[in-house]
Amino acid sequence: MDSSRRSVLKFFGLTALGLAAKPVFNAFAGEHGKSAMHFEKGAEALKAKQWAMVIDTRKFESPDELEPIIEACNKAHNIPRFENKNHEIKWIWETEYHNAFPQMPNRFLSEEAEQRPYLVLCNHCENPPCCRACPTQATFKRESDGIVIMDFHRCIGCRFCMAACPFGSRSFNFRDPRPFIPELNHDYPTRMKGVVEKCNFCAERLAKGLEPACVEASGGAIVFGDLYDPESEVRKLLRENYTIRRKQSLGTEPCVYYIV
Amino acid sequence: MNDKKYILGGLLIFIVLFAFPFWFNLGKAAPAPKPVLSEKAKAAGKCVMPTEFMRAEHMKLLGIWRRSVVRHAKREFINPEGKQYTMSLQNTCLNCHDNKAQFCDKCHNYASVDVYCWDCHIDKSKGEE
Repeated sequence: MDSSRRSVLKFFGLTALGLAAKPVFNAFAGEHGKSAMHFEKGAEALKAKQWAMVIDTRKFESPDELEPIIEACNKAHNIPRFENKNHEIKWIWETEYHNAFPQMPNRFLSEEAEQRPYLVLCNHCENPPCCRACPTQATFKRESDGIVIMDFHRCIGCRFCMAACPFGSRSFNFRDPRPFIPELNHDYPTRMKGVVEKCNFCAERLAKGLEPACVEASGGAIVFGDLYDPESEVRKLLRENYTIRRKQSLGTEPCVYYIV
Repeated sequence: MNDKKYILGGLLIFIVLFAFPFWFNLGKAAPAPKPVLSEKAKAAGKCVMPTEFMRAEHMKLLGIWRRSVVRHAKREFINPEGKQYTMSLQNTCLNCHDNKAQFCDKCHNYASVDVYCWDCHIDKSKGEE
């Protein structure tokens, strides 16, 4: 092949010309694309870099007070109710101190704090191990708002994410959940047999400018906001109160904070 | 070597029998069903995209919608005419096409297309499942 200095220079010259012409070409393509369909966020949608939640556990004394909060979520998301504990589907639920914070079992703990009911849910970690485990990218950390969300269409039910999640935030549909939903919400889909599900930080409500169902039902005990906005309600609470997170030492950076 | 007539005869019988489903059903093909538009859809007059596009590409459009809603948190669809719709099978599509059995199922059944949309998405017109 002819690889003289002249031909090599010619080749590079042509390449440079092609690269220079690309933006011009793109501009013309864009002109054409103007008439095509496009997608946007709703005008009233709430926006954040990373959604986070602060739960003021001091405001809850008995499990009865958590009931309406859990119920609000269950109703909004068509969560089935199974008698068999092995089939249970949980998005947000109540647990005790030692289960919520197993790495903080201090001796002679305040009895009041130890007896309190604790609300737990998906922590929407900043470094989510479930997303790394998912072989189909059915679960992923959403770039736009930091929610760890699921595309149920893609879930193949391998349950790697359930093994990866240190918080037990994920449930598997061993049975078709639809017959076990006490009251069907017709505005939200159900799930099918064979997929994993979990809390989605009410992504569908945030898109409409509403706060999550649990926050709305909590009467101020749960606060929701942008973790990276220093002026947000969440950051204000974090500044003013001592807070803890679940299993922080694992390095998943949970985004649900607890005031104890 | 005088079995020519047996061989040819046998072959003929075989071919006729083999082609039985074809000649038996000749001219009896079920006509392609026409989807029935609901009153609401008729009143709206237009779908989110032109009818021809929807007829051929609705499944692809739904896939694009899903990706945009779940992955990019963009839930509003703006069609080439500039009209805005919320992307939701259950709350937008079925809101107009509130006759799933007459609109969706008719063609899907005819074409033997087994969609799994309704394993999760709720057909509102039917009420409680």
